[in-house]
Amino acid sequence: MTDRTLRIGAGCGFSDDRIPPAVELIEHGDLDYVCCECLAERTIAREALDRARNPGRGYTPSMLERMAAILPPSRARGVRIVSNMGAANPRGAARALLEAAPSWGCPGVTCAVVLGDDVTELMRDHSALPLLEDGTPLESILPRMASANAYLGADVVAAGLATGAPIVLTGRVADPSLFLGPMLHEFGWAYDDWEKLAAGTLAGHMLECTGQLTGGCFADPGMKEVEDLAGLGYPFVDVTADGAITLGKTPGSGGRLDVATCKEQVLYEMHDPTAYITPDCVLDITDVEFAPEASDRVRASGAKGRPRTPTYKVVVGYFDGYIGAGEVGYAGINALARAKLAIEVVKERLRRRGLFYSEMRCDLIGMNSLHGEDGRAKAEPYEVRVRIAARTDDRKAAVAVGDEVRAMHMQGPGAAGGGVNLGAREILAVKSVLLPRDQVRTEVLVEGGQ
Amino acid sequence: MSVRVYDLAHSRAGDKGNTSNVSVIAYDAAAWEILREKLTEARVLAAYRHLTPGPVRRYELPKLQALNFVIENVLGGGVTRSLAIDPHGKSLSALMLTIELPDA
Repeated sequence: MTDRTLRIGAGCGFSDDRIPPAVELIEHGDLDYVCCECLAERTIAREALDRARNPGRGYTPSMLERMAAILPPSRARGVRIVSNMGAANPRGAARALLEAAPSWGCPGVTCAVVLGDDVTELMRDHSALPLLEDGTPLESILPRMASANAYLGADVVAAGLATGAPIVLTGRVADPSLFLGPMLHEFGWAYDDWEKLAAGTLAGHMLECTGQLTGGCFADPGMKEVEDLAGLGYPFVDVTADGAITLGKTPGSGGRLDVATCKEQVLYEMHDPTAYITPDCVLDITDVEFAPEASDRVRASGAKGRPRTPTYKVVVGYFDGYIGAGEVGYAGINALARAKLAIEVVKERLRRRGLFYSEMRCDLIGMNSLHGEDGRAKAEPYEVRVRIAARTDDRKAAVAVGDEVRAMHMQGPGAAGGGVNLGAREILAVKSVLLPRDQVRTEVLVEGGQ
Repeated sequence: MSVRVYDLAHSRAGDKGNTSNVSVIAYDAAAWEILREKLTEARVLAAYRHLTPGPVRRYELPKLQALNFVIENVLGGGVTRSLAIDPHGKSLSALMLTIELPDA
């Protein structure tokens, strides 16, 4: 395939992303592929715990619900699906999917599975690797490690597609690589054709957050309008064999896709614009330009690429204690003073119970919860909501935070409303190391079929 | 007289670990010239100093008429372990837009 345009849609941008726009895009977008990105940095650690409790599980919890919605229209139109919903158990995901698919009217499908990103056991042999965050050795978090996964690249996605299976499920794969994979497979781009890899990586970067390219995370009434934000559509990219990329969305879907939304998304999660490092290449967006081609169609050009680094980035998930939290609200005359008194009372009661917290944060929602206390005088709000959150290794102490906040209903300052114990969350934090590529062994299997 | 970044540019914040990047995208060429000259690393750090000691690094993208600020140590220890109500710092773009630049 060298003369036609390949169309790849964005079907999911995080594990709980909205499903209806993906269905709309598959039904009306004339797609060749739909790529669903479902793994935030820490979610795979959560799924690894799920797998530890039940060996058949460990894939993205919403996988079956999402697949039930997108597989039937994809099969009807010959759209192939690529997704990292395999999470900590791609093979288990494929088996669960193939078991359920006949009941959705999709019998006889096969699913390619990409393995090898899970390097948890390997990490124990590399305990001296420095953590990227603070330079301390990996050893410091090994005893609390829950998972370790390497960000694989587009080469393994392409290998999955080469099996001919209509679905490819992976674990950890870099977000843009999910989109670059079909381009490698369809166009046969060399894995060291840096200019093409850069163009495809740029396309993947633009699409990986679905609606953030089409007017999501954008509207500011009176200043930046988005038409039919409620009906926000998801984007696709048209790619040609020479690496030309045009971003678009289906006619009639809500939202907007124009130069302004493209500029916001190209810089999203970008640090040094000359060095956006993926497992496939080092992308330089310094010379990227966006040109409108038609309504809701934008040409993107100017991506430059350099050779990929000799390492894979590995995200290590580890147990980091508990966070307990609670909220309660105050309104009317002297609301702020009552809210501040509530904070002092809760802190003192926790102290008198002998409960210790390594870190505590007290917010006044309406005053300082999002942008902090910058010292600028602010008008006192009519309503203010107290939020107290604290970190501890003791689950009971974490629960106690919200209990004491909720008790403000009856045993705190006057007229407290909406007190709630938000409960204790077990925290899976992440840190990263760089692992030489030759340490990682990838494998592609096919589940289903004969 | 001063001018708000809000009136010159739009912005989006992204997160990686304990670092936020906040883009500043000029609405037009005139706004771009003002931003390029006056929205310095020092001014941005001053606006976020109550949240982080820094550092702040600025990158210029003339073809996009945009600046990209990388603000370290601003996400309460990192998205996955922060106590903040907005651990991703999604709202930090709106803080950038409140910065006022001197007119002269």
